[in-house]
Amino acid sequence: MIKVRIPAQLRTLTGGSGEVSVEGSTVGEALKALDAAHAGFADRIFDEAGGLRRFVNVFLDDEDVRFLDGLATPIAAGQTLSIVPAVAGG
Amino acid sequence: MDFVSGLRCRECGRTYPAEALHVCDYCFGPLEVTYDYQRVAATMSRERIEAGPRTIWRYADLLPVSDAAPVDLGAGFTPLVRADRLAAELGLGEVWIKDDTANPTGSFKDRVVSVALTKARQLGFKIAACASTGNLANSVAAHAARAGMESVVLIPHDLETAKVTMTSVFGGRVFAVEGSYDDVNRLCAELASEQPTWAFVNVNVRTYYAEGSKTLAFEVAEQLGWQTPDHVVVPIGSGSQLTKVAKGFAELWQVGLLDEEPSVRISGAQAEGCSPVATAFAEGTDAIRPVKPATIAKSLAIGNPADGWYALDAIRRSGGSCASVTDAEVIEGILLLARTEGIFAETAGGVTIATLAKLAGEGVIRPDERVVAMVTGHGLKTVEALSGTVGPTATIAPTLDAFAAAMGAEYELTDEPAPRSA
Repeated sequence: MIKVRIPAQLRTLTGGSGEVSVEGSTVGEALKALDAAHAGFADRIFDEAGGLRRFVNVFLDDEDVRFLDGLATPIAAGQTLSIVPAVAGG
Repeated sequence: MDFVSGLRCRECGRTYPAEALHVCDYCFGPLEVTYDYQRVAATMSRERIEAGPRTIWRYADLLPVSDAAPVDLGAGFTPLVRADRLAAELGLGEVWIKDDTANPTGSFKDRVVSVALTKARQLGFKIAACASTGNLANSVAAHAARAGMESVVLIPHDLETAKVTMTSVFGGRVFAVEGSYDDVNRLCAELASEQPTWAFVNVNVRTYYAEGSKTLAFEVAEQLGWQTPDHVVVPIGSGSQLTKVAKGFAELWQVGLLDEEPSVRISGAQAEGCSPVATAFAEGTDAIRPVKPATIAKSLAIGNPADGWYALDAIRRSGGSCASVTDAEVIEGILLLARTEGIFAETAGGVTIATLAKLAGEGVIRPDERVVAMVTGHGLKTVEALSGTVGPTATIAPTLDAFAAAMGAEYELTDEPAPRSA
């Protein structure tokens, strides 16, 4: 099982839960499984082309998947995915 | 009374009430404060502004919160200094430095934090928090102390000593995180989901916070006699400041404070070791690829700039440019500004001045333009960057002979009288 951490903005889709578990062998598969279990996720995190929306960051453990292989990044049981909205800096 | 009409997603256009919301619930796009500009225009005038406090709050009608006693240490209305000696060195005509080193905690962040915490207090928050590359940390800790709020500040573990001390001295909690700023930022974004009762100034209060940067544009125009410059050079970390400077000039026109519609070219400045926006500009793409920062300009070391797209868009639409400079050029920029104008900037200011020099050398910034460079933080915050570069000319014994020896062969005693005024 893969843990997925859900930001406050998307917890309406998980019945308020901040963490859910899914199956999948890549980041993309896990996120699609998330949408299958909790309808509405795909619409919120993917753009028209099927990529991640530009203000949606997804981390596999501590690494932004954009530094890895994006949605094709392999993922193993026991790892954690975090969906995090991009925020401004300073 | 403020003139805010609501919040609007910059990506998908969905609208929200003016609450503690920072991203669109639907697509995570950043929310933008919208105003009733007709009502602002009916109220705001040059006279009303000029009669106001010598702080950012003289522009309260175009800020997202109204409060008779804002959380205020005196941010803003910093000097706009004509820089003729710098201009001469760069082969330019008219150059001005917006000297934001003069803010209460030594950086432009006081502008955004004063706005953010005033709004946070109005919304009922008791705890101020932030992720920071240092300048924001300094400012949040100081303004929270001023407001009697608790503060929780998260910074990368490898910040400059002065920035760490200047955050810790105010009595709040400071956490040095083993990671880069982007790691700290991500932790804060996750914390904000778990601690909705804390005001993370650059997360859940960011929509209001970011508006404070507009005052840079307001002040520049007012200080130039209600005229806008032809070209401004703005450093890019998250890209928020540049975006808001563009918005600020546009708003002044919209509410009738300018005689002519502004046409300001806006150029962005980045350090080569963290230049995702400059890279996208050079490649002519919209895709900003995140990077792992490696630069002495730590206050700009944001590898995944949340407002990068909007900064890029503002630059392109204005006819400006975006360039990056090496760490060695950053140091040269700090020294050039110090030597010619007597202003000591932190590394981000070095990035701005070095980029100004580079774009002037390339002919992008022209001698016929009135140019303003945003120098956004004080040099005392980043003295490490100059270690080994500047220091005493010599260390000597307290005698005239030792002094003469250290001055060298050209030094001689003189019988000439001291200069005196006629």
